[in-house]
Amino acid sequence: MNPSALIAEDEPLLAAHLKQELARLWPELQIVALAPHGQAAVDEALAKRPQVCFLDIRMPGMTGLEAAAALADEWPDDGTPFPLLVFVTAYDQYAVQAFERAAFDYLLKPLQTERLAQTVQRLKAALQQQQQQRQPDLGAAVDQLRSLLGGQLPTPAAAPLRLLQVSLGNSILMVPVDEVLYFEAADKYVRVMTDGGKEHLVRVSLRELLPQLDTQRFWQIHRGTIVRADAIERAVRDEAGKLTLHLRGSADKLAVSRMHTHLFKGL
Amino acid sequence: MTGTDNTAMLLSVPDLARWAGRQVLLIVVVALAVSVGLVLVFRLPVGNTLVYSFCITAACAFFVQSLSRASRLLMQRLGDTSEERRQWPGWPLMLVSLVLGTILGYGVGTAAGNWLTGLHENALHDVNLRDALTILVVALIPGLGTTYFFVSRGRLAAAELRAQTAQRQAAENQLRLLESQLEPHMLFNTLANLRVLIGLDPARAQAMLDHMIAFLRATLTASRSGSHPLREEFARLQDYLALMQVRMGERLQPAFDLPVELAEQPVPPLLLQPLVENAIKHGLEPKIEGGALAVSAHRQGDLLILEVRDSGVGLGNSREQGTQFGLHQVRERLVTRYGDAATLTIAPAPAAGTLVTLTLPLS
Repeated sequence: MNPSALIAEDEPLLAAHLKQELARLWPELQIVALAPHGQAAVDEALAKRPQVCFLDIRMPGMTGLEAAAALADEWPDDGTPFPLLVFVTAYDQYAVQAFERAAFDYLLKPLQTERLAQTVQRLKAALQQQQQQRQPDLGAAVDQLRSLLGGQLPTPAAAPLRLLQVSLGNSILMVPVDEVLYFEAADKYVRVMTDGGKEHLVRVSLRELLPQLDTQRFWQIHRGTIVRADAIERAVRDEAGKLTLHLRGSADKLAVSRMHTHLFKGL
Repeated sequence: MTGTDNTAMLLSVPDLARWAGRQVLLIVVVALAVSVGLVLVFRLPVGNTLVYSFCITAACAFFVQSLSRASRLLMQRLGDTSEERRQWPGWPLMLVSLVLGTILGYGVGTAAGNWLTGLHENALHDVNLRDALTILVVALIPGLGTTYFFVSRGRLAAAELRAQTAQRQAAENQLRLLESQLEPHMLFNTLANLRVLIGLDPARAQAMLDHMIAFLRATLTASRSGSHPLREEFARLQDYLALMQVRMGERLQPAFDLPVELAEQPVPPLLLQPLVENAIKHGLEPKIEGGALAVSAHRQGDLLILEVRDSGVGLGNSREQGTQFGLHQVRERLVTRYGDAATLTIAPAPAAGTLVTLTLPLS
């Protein structure tokens, strides 16, 4: 079977060029998808299961890094190896250092043919090794991604949020964050579940909310879920290794995604 | 001798030694000058004149300085803690210190001179009022002279320091402006596209390079010249957007509207550029399907209205955390140039996206 790859790049000329250069340097490589933004990259990668993903960092909607994290979360457990990731960036000194620390390959724009040839050699060697070992290396990729994203957390607010202001018709309801069980992303809103099973909608994205919360007390357990640590009763692991949280004072069960299972080690 | 160049009691040992040395040197110079004057004009005996001059000069210096320092401390006690006050009590108090210090210094210095020489020179209270005033005025001259000398020297140094600081700040600002306009991400992405076009479509590559040259030239000279016509401003924005369009393709739809009668209106160079850049970076780039970017000018009475409107994700929905430097810098340039006569407002656009409006006086 020929090796396959996905290219995620929002600038059409650059995407076409990378495809062309790869065709020259690695004729057997099949480009199975060109994704113009992060979400498309995740969807296409899940559908086509390529062995390599070239991810541009700055893309509309979702960055290349976020797309990689989402892909790691949603990648199926059927033994298909997680794609080898190559990040592409025009200029970002910080990101380049982070890639090196996390042992990811990266390319700088403008692409230099020689440098791309080097990457191709590395990818070929890695794919060969993968075939010999015959074992999914998703765990290693998740660890690498976690260390990469860990350095990119937004700086937390000086004073953590204590009260949520929820618009209700022409009044504003004040909800102490201490009463929150968990936050759940719902499109451009966040659904807030509180003690006693009450539910509120606040007009803020989870991404904006996260840096305002005290990270000691509120844990992100999924791309779309933040839970109050005190509200967790127990974490249950099923046969497939998936973690589910049971809460105090609510029958709701919350799934912990692959990128966040390290929070529950079981001493 | 004066109150200007010593910094009170917070001196280290080498500083103190240098300060004492300078005081002694000053006293010697003034005493010699006074002696030479007295010997030449009044034909007084050299030896005794020198002794009296030294004693009186030293005593005057001591009293004037003490009084000047006391008045500085007094001012500080009264709540004036400015840096200037630590060094200099201001002319009114300094004059009082000079007159009182000279009267005291003359008396004590004469007594010391009498004791050293065994003569009996009259102190101020021994002579009639007219002579006493004459002596006082003559004795004040060296003190006034040196005070004036050090005050102007201090002012000059302070002015020089201010000028240097202002120059450094201007240079820093210009560098930040340049950095914000030549944003590395934009630059390298543009170069990446150019590199591809050279192989793919040389004619288009050349056109892109021409836009880039015009944009770079404008960026590098913008902060140095005072103003250029509005049509020039629009041409530079067209260069910039042509570059961005190669990168974004269909996702960027620029539109320009510049009425002919406003084409020659002078505006600060590249004033609109940060606003257009923001519209792309925070409005259109984050939006998957992209959108329109309209730059327009129109006249309202004797006001020039400039608008930058995008149909992007809207205020506060961008994930790129801005430094606000672009907006801050545009506001600052407006204030410098037009004072209160110009305004910048930023608001959600009627349908979707963001609308930035600049209002300037027509010239």
